[in-house]
Amino acid sequence: MWSLFLRDIRLSIRAGGGALIGVIFFLAVIVTIPFGVGPDLNLLSRIGPAILWIAALLACLLGLDRLFQADREDGSLDLLVLNSDRHILALTVLMKCLAHWTGSVLPLVVAAPLLGLFMNMEPLGIGATALTLLIGTPAITFIGAAGAAVAVALPRGGLLISVLVLPLTIPVLIFGVSASYGAVANPAPFLQPFLILAALTLFLAVLGPLAAALALRHGTD
Amino acid sequence: MRLIAENLGGERGGETVFSNIGFALEKSEALIVTGPNGAGKSTLLRVVAGLLPAAGGKVLVEGGGEAFPTVASASHYLGHLNAMKTALSVEENLGFWRAFQGEPALSVEEALEKVALGGLGHLPLGYLSTGQRRRASIAKLLVSRRPVWLLDEPTAGLDKASEERFAGLMRGHLQDGGIVVAATHLPLGIEGAKALQMAVGL
Repeated sequence: MWSLFLRDIRLSIRAGGGALIGVIFFLAVIVTIPFGVGPDLNLLSRIGPAILWIAALLACLLGLDRLFQADREDGSLDLLVLNSDRHILALTVLMKCLAHWTGSVLPLVVAAPLLGLFMNMEPLGIGATALTLLIGTPAITFIGAAGAAVAVALPRGGLLISVLVLPLTIPVLIFGVSASYGAVANPAPFLQPFLILAALTLFLAVLGPLAAALALRHGTD
Repeated sequence: MRLIAENLGGERGGETVFSNIGFALEKSEALIVTGPNGAGKSTLLRVVAGLLPAAGGKVLVEGGGEAFPTVASASHYLGHLNAMKTALSVEENLGFWRAFQGEPALSVEEALEKVALGGLGHLPLGYLSTGQRRRASIAKLLVSRRPVWLLDEPTAGLDKASEERFAGLMRGHLQDGGIVVAATHLPLGIEGAKALQMAVGL
């Protein structure tokens, strides 16, 4: 099973893997915001966590359409499905999700503290936002896998996946941002929304791959 | 080990492509599926592998033991696509499938020697020609043990020498008690193989 993880990580960092596309998009959005909002440092630091989360959410959705499509186009997906007696298909999907997250989304989390400086956020807020991103973004990948599996046969399914998946990611966004605010704004709690965020990730780690496996099994033609 | 198909039916997009196809293969037996384009050869192989739901009938293996209880777990499927990544080297590709598919047989180097790609394993697959990629894909059959080989146009893109080498590999597999089901237009050079002639609109 880890061989699949290693293969997908290798693919994402080789030429054409697209691991950096998400980071570059993330960077572009965050760098643009201060120019659009203006030089109001208080306003920037107040909206900072929300902007970081929204940009990270959109960047997560960017590469999702290739999650299964690349495997379908070269026939690998057939063999992954064929081996589902040895490796439960949902676990295969989970492994692909983890590899996708490590290769394409983890760099976003690593870049987030740097970009937090652009938004004039204080160190505690930056740390909290990076932590919530680390815990929350896997949930987006897991939901996204279900969307990617449904749209696997569509040649330009990228936008469709985003539209399918975006409404389902709203709870993750809400609790991620409220936990980030909770760390800096005093009366607001940090721990409660953070724990709900962690619970969402665990819940979707089961539901997402199961749904994706079901869609893949019935999507072969 | 027996591979049995009873009254198989297949459809594509709601249209029946074939129906009532049956065969039973003992170990060391091969079935060559022939027929014009659109007769449903590829569909038949995908239905047998379980990649497409059967419109009717069933496929089963008998005597596969614990390692190969179902058709899917007992089968290698070599389709039109090679199931290899162009960005990875040939060795990385084969090594991945060897680890993922389990039941390891030949090592990657030995398998590459068998398809005459020895010494090319370090190259990215994208640098190889069509025929060489096909041979690398054939090597995939050798790195993990599966009693049933389901081959869809296995020799597409191969030159004469490679075709003969591949025929030798299939004969070796049959001698070891394997089963081969191959859809093809070209003679594959297996003596004593059963034949299944498919026709359009059967």
